[in-house]
Amino acid sequence: MHIVVCIKQVPDSAQIRVHPVTNTIMRQGVPTIINPFDLFSLEEALRMRDAHGGEVTVLTMGPPMAADALRKALTFGADRGVLLTDRFFAGSDTLATSFALSAAIEKIGKVYGKPDVIFAGKQTIDGDTAQVGPGIAKRLDLLQLTYVAKIASVDPETRAITVERRAEGGTQVLQTRLPCLVTMLEGSNEIRRGTLDDALRAARAEIVTWSATDAGIEDLTKCGLRGSPTVVKRVFAPTARQEKATTIGEPGDSARDLADNLIAEIFARKPALEGALAAAGCAA
Amino acid sequence: MKKELPEHFKSYKHVWVAIEMERGQVHPVSYELLGCGRTLADKLGVQLAGAVIGPPGEATWHAVAEAFAYGADMVYLVEDPVLKDYRNEPYSKALTDLVNTYQPEILLLGATTLGRDLAGSVATTLKTGLTADCTELDVDDDKSLAATRPTFGGSLLCTIYTLNFRPQMATVRPRVMPMPERQDRPVGRVIQHRLPMVEEDIVTKVLSFIPDSQSAKVNLAYADIVVAGGLGLGAAENFQLIRNLASTLGAEYGCSRPVVQKGWMPSERQIGQTGKTIRPKLYISAGISGAIQHRVGVEGADLIVAINTDPNAPIFDFAHVGIVTDAVRLLPALTEAFIRRLSPHNRDKLAS
Ligand SMILES: Cc1cc2nc3c(=O)[nH]c(=O)nc-3n(C[C@H](O)[C@H](O)[C@H](O)COP(=O)(O)OP(=O)(O)OC[C@H]3O[C@@H](n4cnc5c(N)ncnc54)[C@H](O)[C@@H]3O)c2cc1C
Ligand SMILES: Cc1cc2nc3c(=O)[nH]c(=O)nc-3n(C[C@H](O)[C@H](O)[C@H](O)COP(=O)(O)OP(=O)(O)OC[C@H]3O[C@@H](n4cnc5c(N)ncnc54)[C@H](O)[C@@H]3O)c2cc1C
Repeated sequence: MHIVVCIKQVPDSAQIRVHPVTNTIMRQGVPTIINPFDLFSLEEALRMRDAHGGEVTVLTMGPPMAADALRKALTFGADRGVLLTDRFFAGSDTLATSFALSAAIEKIGKVYGKPDVIFAGKQTIDGDTAQVGPGIAKRLDLLQLTYVAKIASVDPETRAITVERRAEGGTQVLQTRLPCLVTMLEGSNEIRRGTLDDALRAARAEIVTWSATDAGIEDLTKCGLRGSPTVVKRVFAPTARQEKATTIGEPGDSARDLADNLIAEIFARKPALEGALAAAGCAA
Repeated sequence: MKKELPEHFKSYKHVWVAIEMERGQVHPVSYELLGCGRTLADKLGVQLAGAVIGPPGEATWHAVAEAFAYGADMVYLVEDPVLKDYRNEPYSKALTDLVNTYQPEILLLGATTLGRDLAGSVATTLKTGLTADCTELDVDDDKSLAATRPTFGGSLLCTIYTLNFRPQMATVRPRVMPMPERQDRPVGRVIQHRLPMVEEDIVTKVLSFIPDSQSAKVNLAYADIVVAGGLGLGAAENFQLIRNLASTLGAEYGCSRPVVQKGWMPSERQIGQTGKTIRPKLYISAGISGAIQHRVGVEGADLIVAINTDPNAPIFDFAHVGIVTDAVRLLPALTEAFIRRLSPHNRDKLAS
């Protein structure tokens, strides 16, 4: 089987800081990681390859340094990394991103064999739209299975795949046909450690690097800012509430006094709440 | 920066809400969206329509009737047996066809698993913009949709436009918009549209559906009282203090995102932009700093109480009542104080 996994390099959000004066994001020196949601998809792809044979190609679109994310994926055991990088991609929204990634996946199919399954993450931790997976599926005319908790079976011969998909209020058991696009739910597996061999191979591996033209993209107006229907017009800080919060207590107050005063304040503001709580027999 | 809208998009008019139905149940987010769609439509001076997609039968017609009850002026309906369960192929075909035929200028969907699966497909087919997880929707003087959502990392919001394409699409998470008042209104104009698909055309089959067990359901989004803890509680075992207070109040409990990342609480308990949005009558937060991604998830609460050791924590910018103190010390005292105040014994004494 040939499996393609789309991964995105994202800032390690826990460490992002906002400049207190200018309100802009301070990105310098913020470490980057593979989008954590993508690792669940990568692990599932590796398991599929281990079970059925074949290759896993990881694909990312980003600046040249996104090669680091691909190399990291190779240390987990992926077979090949493809970096799509070009200044024409700058400022892509999800429509332009899925356009570029779809073109690259078609090219990957021509060069390394048609993929049977394409994985994407459920969503990213920075843009967090969950739109790129369905976008790729639609552009490549693939069936899509999103929010997959478990791949129950996949059969490269009959081309059938059965999955458990998280739906509103329950789990759908779905069967469809390869090729398809899958996004995995968090917690569905745990990324492996990767072997020493993989680490050595990753260090030496050549990352396949394509420009827009290399990926077979002819219409550059569909890329980047120009190919993005959404426009970010304003970035601003939320306004504080008109009245500041009422502060309860003085330094040195006992916890018991603070608690009593807080409850008095809550019920003074929400008299109905006390009755409702008492009626519901709470704390009884 | 705003260019003239291309000629072929000028006929796109009216505000639509995709009414989400799964297994016969309308998701309440659809009503919340009708509420905010109503405001947008009134500002634009256009109609508000619900787009209902489902199998023939009572449940689908119930959804149609409810769309009117929650403010729609009309409904577009695609009714077909292949639409029994949600599947991407027939649903995205149905919604895309409706949009191409009747041309709305704005299309809103819930940011649920169904809505996100569907919205991304439809927007890509239509080659239009889609703004995810908006916390505020408005129309500008020039009538374009201003969709506001938090940006990553810090304490900022951004406003996104889809200027030169139609429809302007946006998703909104459940509970972000207030639930509008339901009014008994007659079913109005319903335009039915055919789905040119038969079961044989659809590759994906639903083999079965396993409903969530009652105990697995965390009813955070719709709870009346929510108690939540953040990293400031310092250790996994301190979350027992949160659970104790919650159970005393018959409340739900939750947490901030890093708490989930640390494995101190399961992800279905996360409150905020990438977790649940809540609108309780009372929200008590302990050891939570109040970053924008958390704030947008709780701002709809009637009364926000914050417990934090740092008087400058951003949470005090939007809380109504604050206590600057160690939450680990205060929480047990608060639980006890509630028990004292609410126990029938003491209430009787107060009454006599
Ligand atoms: C704060 C913020 C808000 C934004 N809001 C919007 C918005 O509302 N609408 C909009 O259209 N755009 C938006 N964007 C732009 C959007 O984030 C980018 O287009 C981005 O390239 C992809 O979107 P995402 O990060 O949301 O990915 P998601 O759609 O959440 O990603 C899903 C999966 O797609 C794959 N994937 C995504 N990007 C790449 C990549 N570069 N390379 C390889 N695989 C990838 C990964 O497998 C990923 O897990 C926003 C960006 C930011 C920073
Ligand atoms: C794309 C994206 C999505 C996100 N989504 C979410 C989301 O859905 N929900 C969410 O919550 N976050 C989300 N975040 C993370 C968010 O930006 C913040 O990092 C997070 O909310 C901070 O969590 P916290 O307040 O628990 O921790 P911290 O910011 O570390 O704050 C801890 C607070 O506890 C106080 N404290 C310390 N000790 C005590 C004590 N003993 N008693 C009382 N107070 C004490 C401190 O003063 C501090 O204010 C998201 C981030 C990104 C980038």
